[in-house]
Amino acid sequence: MRPVHYLRCLAGIVTREGLRFLNQRGRFFSALVRPLVWLAIFAAGFHFVLGVSIVPPYETYVPYEVYIAPGLAAMIQLFNGMLSSLSMVYDREMGSMRILLVSPLPRWFLLTAKLLAGVIVSVVQVYVFLAIARIWEIEPPWYGYVAVLPALILCGLMMGALGLLLSSAIRQLENFASVMNFVIFPMFFASSALYPLWHVKEASLVLYDLCQLNPFTHAVELIRFALYGRLEPVSAAVLAASTIVFLALAVYGYDPARGLIARRTAE
Amino acid sequence: MLTPSPAAALSIEALGHAFGPKRVLNGVSFALMPGDFTVLLGLNGAGKTTLFSLATGLYAAREGTIRVFGIDLRAHASECLRRMGVVFQQPTLDLDLSVEQNLFYHAALHGLSRREAADRAAAEAERVGLGRERLAKARRLSGGQRRRIEIARSLMHRPRLLLLDEPTVGLDIASRQFLLDHVRRLCREEGIAALWATHLIDEVGDGARVVVLHKGEVLAAGAAAQLVYETRAASMRAAFETLVREREAA
Repeated sequence: MRPVHYLRCLAGIVTREGLRFLNQRGRFFSALVRPLVWLAIFAAGFHFVLGVSIVPPYETYVPYEVYIAPGLAAMIQLFNGMLSSLSMVYDREMGSMRILLVSPLPRWFLLTAKLLAGVIVSVVQVYVFLAIARIWEIEPPWYGYVAVLPALILCGLMMGALGLLLSSAIRQLENFASVMNFVIFPMFFASSALYPLWHVKEASLVLYDLCQLNPFTHAVELIRFALYGRLEPVSAAVLAASTIVFLALAVYGYDPARGLIARRTAE
Repeated sequence: MLTPSPAAALSIEALGHAFGPKRVLNGVSFALMPGDFTVLLGLNGAGKTTLFSLATGLYAAREGTIRVFGIDLRAHASECLRRMGVVFQQPTLDLDLSVEQNLFYHAALHGLSRREAADRAAAEAERVGLGRERLAKARRLSGGQRRRIEIARSLMHRPRLLLLDEPTVGLDIASRQFLLDHVRRLCREEGIAALWATHLIDEVGDGARVVVLHKGEVLAAGAAAQLVYETRAASMRAAFETLVREREAA
């Protein structure tokens, strides 16, 4: 297999993911509505309750809507990563995963390509969200929209890799509900998405440490800083390291000789 | 008996597999030569699907050897998979995509260019009589048509070995016959070796080779007529029943 075969395979997987996304209009709609509901209702309600003092990268007091917008962008990617994981479990139960896994290209490449395809879909969703969010006067500088692209790619990779890892560990589709309870909600709430971490620190030091360890916090901060044209290097490093660890574990999980898939009974 | 040979399209030697304490395959050996239409015959639970999962690399074979055109699957999975077309027991078409999009996706997974994919998709869909349905959503096809497209898809990368796991389950008589005739023709006219797993004895047909799998073990392998003769049975069904009865009594 030559590099051109790898490229064609990647293009095929990305095209399929894009077509599936376009065909499932409900998925696109709900992916957009979810953060907009948070922005329109939750943020409006908390507008006067939660005071956000001046925290970097903001140079002045910002409305609560502006503060939570990066967290909602990251939430889109978190849900997207987990939904990709759900679709992998579905594909496996329904059999179409087998078509992917009997490709002659190496399994690590197939899984990475699947991951990249999901990331592209999630990045498109975030840009549509950011465009609509301008209605709420969430208006980062124009270069912020450019600078946020690599941040979104890295965040999407991290959350997609986590989704892949979970999909290799989830035995049945029904177990996916527990992913909501034990992964999505804790990751989202124990992060800087909804409140600055100094607020959390005042409430509980343990929770503050947990938030600091949560890779989702770093995703939110990387996006927040990037939207204002600034790089948050610690967050970038944490996300890169998390992506590598999650992806390596996922590839292990899908390895027929050693991983979790191999331990399952088939008949 | 079919014996392993370096020229074999598929050669399985002393293959075993267990899920935890439960053994599902034991010392399975047989071979397929190019052009052979071989029926892997066994009741439900005989181990056919496990054998397919091992032969396609979905599970790693820890006991025994699987070779595709003399190439060891464990050491060179990619080389083996390139030469292999697979139709799984479960339907694997993406129902939200069109027939053509499903075929293109498979072609991309095998590294084919867009032009090659377009040419072959047209040719293969035509060969299974569904050339006019290429743009239809897979969801709109009948069960038999979906199976035909799955066979067309498995041939997109021009494999020399075709593995089909119970491809006729749930299909009506006409669809079953179409699939059988199509695959037999591929073997006869193009020299493709096909392993056709089934529990339906009437799918064996004249001139087929048979591997009888029962509770994870090969009870007999060879030309169908030969097996009928050796068991002194009147038909393939009677031969199968005799072989199973003898094994249960042993």
